[in-house]
Amino acid sequence: MRYAAVLRYAKTVLGLFFTAIMLFPVYWMINVSFTRDNDMRADPPHLFPWNGTLEGYRAVFEQQLPYLGTSLVVGLGTVALTLVLSAPAGYALAKLRPKGGGALSFVLLIAQMIPGIIMAMGFYAIYLRLGVLNTVGGLILADSTIAVPFGVLIFTAFMSGIPDELINAALIDGASKWRTFVSVILPVSRNAIVTVSLFAFLWAWSDFVFATTLDGGGDAQPITLGIYHYIGNNNQQWNAIMATAVVASIPATLLLILAQRYVAAGVTAGAVKD
Amino acid sequence: MTTEVSSLVRTRENTARVRRGRGHWTAWAFLAPIVIYLLAFYAYPLYRNLDLSLRHYTVRSFVQGDAPFSGLDNYRDVFADPAFGPAFLHTLTFTVVSIAFQFAIGLALAVFFAQNFRLSATLRALFLVPWLLPLIVSASTWSWMLNSDSGIVNHALGLIGVDPVNWLTSPDWALTSVIIANIWIGIPFNLVVLYSGLQAIPCEIYEAAALDGANGRQRFWRVTFPLLRPVSAITLLLGLVYTLKVFDLIWIMTKGGPADASTTFATWSYRFSFGSLLPEFGPGAAVGNLLILMALFFGLLYIRFQRRQA
Repeated sequence: MRYAAVLRYAKTVLGLFFTAIMLFPVYWMINVSFTRDNDMRADPPHLFPWNGTLEGYRAVFEQQLPYLGTSLVVGLGTVALTLVLSAPAGYALAKLRPKGGGALSFVLLIAQMIPGIIMAMGFYAIYLRLGVLNTVGGLILADSTIAVPFGVLIFTAFMSGIPDELINAALIDGASKWRTFVSVILPVSRNAIVTVSLFAFLWAWSDFVFATTLDGGGDAQPITLGIYHYIGNNNQQWNAIMATAVVASIPATLLLILAQRYVAAGVTAGAVKD
Repeated sequence: MTTEVSSLVRTRENTARVRRGRGHWTAWAFLAPIVIYLLAFYAYPLYRNLDLSLRHYTVRSFVQGDAPFSGLDNYRDVFADPAFGPAFLHTLTFTVVSIAFQFAIGLALAVFFAQNFRLSATLRALFLVPWLLPLIVSASTWSWMLNSDSGIVNHALGLIGVDPVNWLTSPDWALTSVIIANIWIGIPFNLVVLYSGLQAIPCEIYEAAALDGANGRQRFWRVTFPLLRPVSAITLLLGLVYTLKVFDLIWIMTKGGPADASTTFATWSYRFSFGSLLPEFGPGAAVGNLLILMALFFGLLYIRFQRRQA
């Protein structure tokens, strides 16, 4: 009995050790973001930002706020577009089951596998002709292609689990299909809505491929390009670069703290069938 | 009485049939936005990309849209390009090595975390962080950690007596560097999916194996591993599809260099189209389409496999 308790304790210690190794790069990013410029190349490197500085963060506030604002708008726009497109589609595929629905699901699965860089090239050719390069709207549209197929898959899987009795009751009460969708299906699909929104936001916020190809020359550029320009300018102000990286990681961190359950569900949803 | 009931049943059936007929249209009304969306924002860009790869583009004809049709010339040029062989090899190495390590480490951690100990759920959640961070964040952090002169990695190697390595600036090490960073990013996905696969294995099987006197290693190789095979296959195939298209990480860390040492199809294609002042959209699109074919091959395998499981 004592032996088992010690073993469990040892496992916790080992788990902490593994986690520490895995998260070391994250710690290092935070550490460097507080390190003074002239300590940056110190030998040995400062393992902890003793005598640190907030200069990096000051640089973020002075230079990166517009980029962060753009990313916020792009992220929210992508969430809205993704929900509007994928929730009704999920309902139709899960509950109305029209002929050809299976083929559509198949197309969506395939669509998820197309490399973003290739989509970006096609979008570039189209946007150039239409004159919508370097616009926020264009970037939102392109970013939504990352999330929409995933959204439909999640909504379809979730709504399949809603009991038919609930829908039939609404229909017997004389509600139309649309009415049923809006006032019965959507309210009980809260979990799916949260999952899809979280991922759509995170993917749009993190997107670099579409940003660099479609929005590389605009006035309103997202934070991923803000960081990229920092690195490219070769100013070697690594505390500012890492401070921006820390700020850019906030949405992911919030997500993990506030909605860990949904995150794990989203990761496995595509891969494992229950 | 009985006729009344049967007629009632019949009208019920009729309305049901009418409703289903109309329901068909209602269903497609719900699906109309997504169908239009798929045509406009998936099919059309892909068609444009195919078109790009079959024409001879210059910057001017790209804007005006009157480039001459050149058949498979772009594909021939790409295949004949001396960079083709290395790019293909790097794509293969990057994908296979990344996935092998991600899977092995992910599986080991999944088995470890499956033994419920204090904090195991919290620590498992923390493991998700690398997967959730924007790629540019991970890529720039790794760039600084792998810096030749002041990087923490070379410093740590120095402590155990290893000479500093030019991780990102030497052609011998650039590909290894981006693979290391990519393994780090991919471990969480493998861990989470394999962990949920482990949860689906009933404990009774382990109890039976323990009663039969199986030790820990036997339990893993004789029970866990075979029963986890379907989930493993799905994880590996999805990993293949994801890893083939990795572009951001490599581009941010090395731009495919030095001297093409870490160029994969994804970065090669981007460099053709956007990497210089004289874009070559034709070859860029051609390489991109080759990449799609590779991704679709594994993608279809994945779908086939998943259908068979269901």
